Amino acid sequence: MTRPKIIIVGGGLSGLMTALKAVEQGAEVAIFSTVPVRRSHSVCAEGGINAALNTKGQDDSVSQHIYDTIYGGDFLAHQSPVEKMCKAAPAIIHMFDRMGVCFSRTNEGFIDQRLFGGVSKKRTCYGGATTGQQLMAALDEQVRRSEVAGDIVKFENWEFGSLVLNDEGVCVGITAIDKVTLKVRGFAADAVVICSGGYGEVFGAATSSKHCTGSAAMQVYKQGATFANPEFIQIHPTTIPGYDKMRLVTEGVRGDGGRIWVLRDGKPWYFLEEWYPEYGNLVPRDIASRAIWKVVNEMNLGVGGSKSVYLDITHLSKDLLKDNLAAVVDTYLKFVGEDPREVPMQVYPAVHYTMGGLWVDDNHQTTIQGVFAAGECDFQYHGANRLGGNSLLSAVYSGMIAGVSAANYVTGKEVASDMSVINFVETECGMQEAFNKKIMLMNGNENPHKLKNELSECLNNSAFILRYDNQLKDADQKILQLKERFQNAAMLDKIGFANQELFFMRTLFHQFDLAQLIVRAALNREESRGAHFKPEKPNRDDKKWLNVTKVSYNENEPEFDYKEKVEIEKIKPVERKY
Amino acid sequence: MAEIRLKIRRQDGPEDLPYWEEFMVPVYPKMNVVAALKKIQENPQNSQGIETNPVVWDCSCLEEACGSCTMLINGKVKQACSTLIENLEQPIVLQPMSKFYVIRDLSVDRLKLFDALKKISAWVVIDGIFDLGPGEKVFKEQQRKMYSYSRCIFCGACCEACPQYNERSPFMGSFIFGQIFLLNMHPLGKISDHVRLEALMGLGGIADCNNAGNCEKVCPKEIPLTEAIASLGWKTTLYTISKFFR
Repeated sequence: MTRPKIIIVGGGLSGLMTALKAVEQGAEVAIFSTVPVRRSHSVCAEGGINAALNTKGQDDSVSQHIYDTIYGGDFLAHQSPVEKMCKAAPAIIHMFDRMGVCFSRTNEGFIDQRLFGGVSKKRTCYGGATTGQQLMAALDEQVRRSEVAGDIVKFENWEFGSLVLNDEGVCVGITAIDKVTLKVRGFAADAVVICSGGYGEVFGAATSSKHCTGSAAMQVYKQGATFANPEFIQIHPTTIPGYDKMRLVTEGVRGDGGRIWVLRDGKPWYFLEEWYPEYGNLVPRDIASRAIWKVVNEMNLGVGGSKSVYLDITHLSKDLLKDNLAAVVDTYLKFVGEDPREVPMQVYPAVHYTMGGLWVDDNHQTTIQGVFAAGECDFQYHGANRLGGNSLLSAVYSGMIAGVSAANYVTGKEVASDMSVINFVETECGMQEAFNKKIMLMNGNENPHKLKNELSECLNNSAFILRYDNQLKDADQKILQLKERFQNAAMLDKIGFANQELFFMRTLFHQFDLAQLIVRAALNREESRGAHFKPEKPNRDDKKWLNVTKVSYNENEPEFDYKEKVEIEKIKPVERKY
Repeated sequence: MAEIRLKIRRQDGPEDLPYWEEFMVPVYPKMNVVAALKKIQENPQNSQGIETNPVVWDCSCLEEACGSCTMLINGKVKQACSTLIENLEQPIVLQPMSKFYVIRDLSVDRLKLFDALKKISAWVVIDGIFDLGPGEKVFKEQQRKMYSYSRCIFCGACCEACPQYNERSPFMGSFIFGQIFLLNMHPLGKISDHVRLEALMGLGGIADCNNAGNCEKVCPKEIPLTEAIASLGWKTTLYTISKFFR
């Protein structure tokens, strides 16, 4: 029997988990990654991964985890997938434990759990403040073991080009571009899983890595996959402001006792603790970010008049700082040059995670036959706001589901003959080559980096913490102008080898359409829900808006569709307040 | 606005001859080397005002978690993202790492770091990724020790600083000692510790290390590599003796 051939686009946590699960089902797998997989953005996750292990004597339970996730997401997440994910979480932690992850421990040697935002039970397993790096190490090692066994092949430093679809619209492979030689190659496959991560980088100043651009997901969208909930962008309340990047300070800092304050009338004012007595510094991220926004921009109480508030850990014990937060201290010392053990850190909110993404069914199949999606690039699990510690969980869990679904999909279908596939592969390769050639010859007078900066600025001014309809309308116009100006952009690098500008331009080409989706979806949704907040319509409207934003590509205008109702059978929506 | 001067060693491709080019870049407080390179990327003009191709370099996370932007900065191996301009003497001299194959400008091919992990069987042998219940308990003291070794970002700084690591030597690099030490400490990992010790005694392993100790000094995550080297040296000796008497 021939083995199913599965291609995975992306080598972060969800990609690697998908690969391992597909191999377990008997598939042979090729992983394509734009960076060496060990340098994927998953390594940046700091605070931890949620699972109701109930090891803290707090009567935690899976049902409480489900409730917190649905409630935290302001009831926009479908409830059965969330239920299944939360049920699977304890086994996922045990799997990582067996793989060798260095989880932080209790005195008795159990896996320790810390408190995170929007919950009242200690449920977040962690490895210091580098949990993503720890989980990535474990999966990377297991994938390497499978590589040596001949089950997995990796293509690192390869950029995803496009899907190869046959004339019935079924996916039969991909094209990819070698980032060194710039050669386009086609690869046949029985199924493709997109695990390409989020799209925070389109905002420029974000906590994302430079390659979290959303371009692979946008390419798939343009080839026919439905996109969902693009307007839901998580703003993390505590990041270190920088011109080049906003650097994350994990929620774990506040879970371990860190406090947020500003000076008011010459005295420290712990505004989150005053405004939200029950959750204090650990209100969910959307609420904490809006509170900081208000204190800085409406009350003008930012530290020394700047756009920042204090995040204070100077009162925490030396042992706790060393065991749990050494990486945070180290990052602040290196990038700011001050010791957060002595002086309170200065932080401000920034774009951190994208709840929206490719629409998938419960088996993680997209609307294109043979194409699946998992991880941050899908839209499932987090609704209108993600709880801290649930992103690592959803990345891993969705990979487990997608790996099995992709293998099952192949097993159940007739295998196409290689010859018939080759024609489609070659045609698609030719199109990608022509596109690259066109970009290489662009010789206008617009600087593409300036266009990108303008695009990011435009999104930050309209679709950040507060969203006003008139600003969104202006942004929509501006995006169209920028897209038009891109036609007159210049290719700045003239060398046809290891040319990074080529990939920057290909990405930017998609980002105008991505920005348009974010802005239009935000404009359309006439309510406030989770991270999507309109001061002019500050309430949630369940009668009209308890539905998924679905959008499909059309050359002229994106087509929005709000027919899909959110599944709310298990937990009845109630007002979300903390 | 104040400007800084950067002197960059450039190379158009692996077969091309290297050359130097200077750039002037506007500077702001707490600016790092990646941000300076980004300025050049946005406006590729050298210090004589002549248009040139943008400088090619690797970067990804910009918070010293991914290891991508490692290069020689004023002769020392560092991550460009976490190196602040204000702490550097001018002109700031940027060069690619010298122990790896140059792809273009400051970008080098470091995939052989990951190939070394295959040679030392750097994984825990588990039965499967299905649910098999919890693993063994690990106590705090041991977790602390394991954690200090788990922070490797595979940047290659230890290889760059090592007098034994070069194109003609099979030496796999000092980071493998940390990896083996870590895996051999894990409750399940230690079951196959002999496989890793065998690899360590083979080509490119511990015999190729001359205990210079430079690796630990340049490690951005301060991984105690010399402790791992000393401990593994002793363990390979014990292992050889026990094998002899078996």
